[in-house]
Amino acid sequence: MRLAELNPIGTRIETGTLEFTADDIIRFATKFDPQPFHMDAEAAKSYVFGGLCASGWHTCAGWMKMFLAHWKEEHIRLTREGIDPPKLGPSPGFKNLKWIRPVYAGDQVTYFVTLTEARELASRPGTWLNSTFNEGVNQNGEKVLQFDSSVMEFT
Amino acid sequence: MQADRLYFEDFVPGRQFPLGPKTVSAAEIIEFATEFDPQPMHLSEEAGKASILGGLAASGWHTSSMLMRMIVDSHIANSSCQGSPGIEFMDWKKPVLADDTLAGQATVLEARALKSRPGLGLVRMRTELQNQRGQAVCAAEQVIMFGMRDTGETTA
Repeated sequence: MRLAELNPIGTRIETGTLEFTADDIIRFATKFDPQPFHMDAEAAKSYVFGGLCASGWHTCAGWMKMFLAHWKEEHIRLTREGIDPPKLGPSPGFKNLKWIRPVYAGDQVTYFVTLTEARELASRPGTWLNSTFNEGVNQNGEKVLQFDSSVMEFT
Repeated sequence: MQADRLYFEDFVPGRQFPLGPKTVSAAEIIEFATEFDPQPMHLSEEAGKASILGGLAASGWHTSSMLMRMIVDSHIANSSCQGSPGIEFMDWKKPVLADDTLAGQATVLEARALKSRPGLGLVRMRTELQNQRGQAVCAAEQVIMFGMRDTGETTA
């Protein structure tokens, strides 16, 4: 089964919700983005964001994490139903990434994925490139993140 | 005000900042992937070799996060940075494999003052990383917000 058959173009799929605890925010930022507003709640008050908030890369990685959690469940469900799940591969990148609002400590972000296009690669027959529109929304219904990405699919 | 601290005014179009080097270990690749991107090619050498990536390869989000760390160490940590509204694009051009050493440069493309927030400006930068074989592994363009030298610094 191809991804476009499983999730028709334009269908918005909710993949899951991730809580960003202060500990998780600081642990990620210590390794990858050690700026005061990602590391220290007191120091964060004197910056534009005004409070301890997650690195934008942490909120992106959270989208991937929840997509894969959803995908694992889908794999199990499809296999149980006797359907061969789509074979997804690597991604060549993303564009139009917007960190719309900060994700503060204690926020819960619900992630979504919408397939926007699926095309077979002329250079690699049997390999498809799927384009997706991806979003994260916080517990107040405010969008915090969106980006366009693509993922390869093998048939 | 520290003499060597970087402010909006220091990000003049054409100015370059070196990034890295950073060597990524198999353990780091697996640790990141286990938490955020648990796909087989990011978790084991064997599965990586069997994939089109050709070996245990870092998640693209891991590569992006390592790039961020190199940017912070290069020209953000000692600056008036106030965050970023986003990334125009990120191309993952080649797999980042275990034990690869990444290095590159960030180039200022454009700088403009924000009318809506006096004392702040937006700097558009292009960042690129190469591996030890000289291959481009990723390229991105993004906008970063910096405070201005005279009025932008709100921290003590």
